[in-house]
Amino acid sequence: MKPPSFEYHLPGGVEEAVGLLAELGEDAKPIAGGQSLVPMLALRLAAPEHLVDLRRLDGLRGVEERDGTVRIGAGTTQAAVQRSAEVARSVPLMARATPLIGHFQIRNRGTVGGSLAHADAAAEYPAVALALDARLEAVSPRGARTIPAGAFFTGLWSTALAEDELLTAVDFPVRRGRSGFAIEEFARRGGDFAIAGAAVAVELDGAGLVRRCGIGLFGLGSTPLRAPAAEAAATGSALTGIDASELGRTALAELDSVPADLHASADHRAHVGAAIVARAWRRAAEEAAHG
Amino acid sequence: MADITVRMRVNGGPRSATVPPRLTLADFLRERCGLTGTHLGCEHGVCGACTVLLDGQAVRACLVFAVQADGAEVTTVEGIASPAGELSPVQEAFRDHHGLQCGFCTPGFVVSVTAFLRDNPDPTDEQIRDGLSGNLCRCTGYQGILKAVRAAARRRQAGRP
Repeated sequence: MKPPSFEYHLPGGVEEAVGLLAELGEDAKPIAGGQSLVPMLALRLAAPEHLVDLRRLDGLRGVEERDGTVRIGAGTTQAAVQRSAEVARSVPLMARATPLIGHFQIRNRGTVGGSLAHADAAAEYPAVALALDARLEAVSPRGARTIPAGAFFTGLWSTALAEDELLTAVDFPVRRGRSGFAIEEFARRGGDFAIAGAAVAVELDGAGLVRRCGIGLFGLGSTPLRAPAAEAAATGSALTGIDASELGRTALAELDSVPADLHASADHRAHVGAAIVARAWRRAAEEAAHG
Repeated sequence: MADITVRMRVNGGPRSATVPPRLTLADFLRERCGLTGTHLGCEHGVCGACTVLLDGQAVRACLVFAVQADGAEVTTVEGIASPAGELSPVQEAFRDHHGLQCGFCTPGFVVSVTAFLRDNPDPTDEQIRDGLSGNLCRCTGYQGILKAVRAAARRRQAGRP
């Protein structure tokens, strides 16, 4: 279907953009790469009266490493993330998640900030942000603030961003010490949204015990989720003492509303989810153990 | 809703038109430029039939508004052959290896593969399959398409542009 009519705005900077968002209120939507928003318009799932195009906001693009943090500008395309040697070296989980997003034609347009702000429960980047405790920077006419990933995803396609707030950058901690990262998903066809997926980050202490474990789940709820009970079960243990399959079952046992749709029943999805968590855990633990 | 004047270069030539913001780049190319080689299958970013090069990058023209492409360089399937009409290595390979049946999806495949082989000149079969995954062929002629991409890669390596 053709998208519904809208008024088009092309601000030249962040300040002008958030000014427009504040002025236009709930009838306005920012558009970055448009790879999620335009399908929603075409399917008439959304019909904003105003679109605020972010393509002139050049300052929102790029990858910068500083003081133990990698900052990825919200306007950075997924294709640019995939090409970034810095991301591959310092935030390997982001690098590994990126090829799973759509297809290369989608990644040429789709952006990091767009994916996070769209907050699809079955998308890869939100789960990665959760697993790594990323921090999201948002700007509004009232100034800038930082939102921890754990507080960002508030509901179905909903985030902590106010109407007049723009996601400008995401900060990821640089990998350190003995650590391992893996993302696994199951989809009917490559590039489809996953029926279930998991992103795992594990860090060991000097004695080889799990110092930190982050597990982000996608496709398994109405928002991207963490698996706190499974994370707690792993933390403080030696890798050899952790049974991956059991960890997967623990992660899924916490979930109270696994979605059902035409691709999978809730039971099947939970079964797949547990297996996927186990698979991601094994790969992350292997990397942490052997580097 | 206010119309907006857009200017871009399409297949090397300047084009401009005053369009409603909701006009997609695909409809701009088909209806305003008369370039009907860009096909529309699903119109929501799934099938890949409308793939064009936007500033050199393969994108789905149904997921870009013409107003977002203001100032850009666009190449459609009509701009893939040489100006004299000589087929590109990718087009030749599709013809030679039965890379098309009904032909509806072919423009999207040709444009996608052109960008894919530019960026991956010596692809493995796995990379080719991944590179093709964003384009759907409902005749399911994928084996012929796969063979065509392999052949096009060899032809390009042999020095054809």
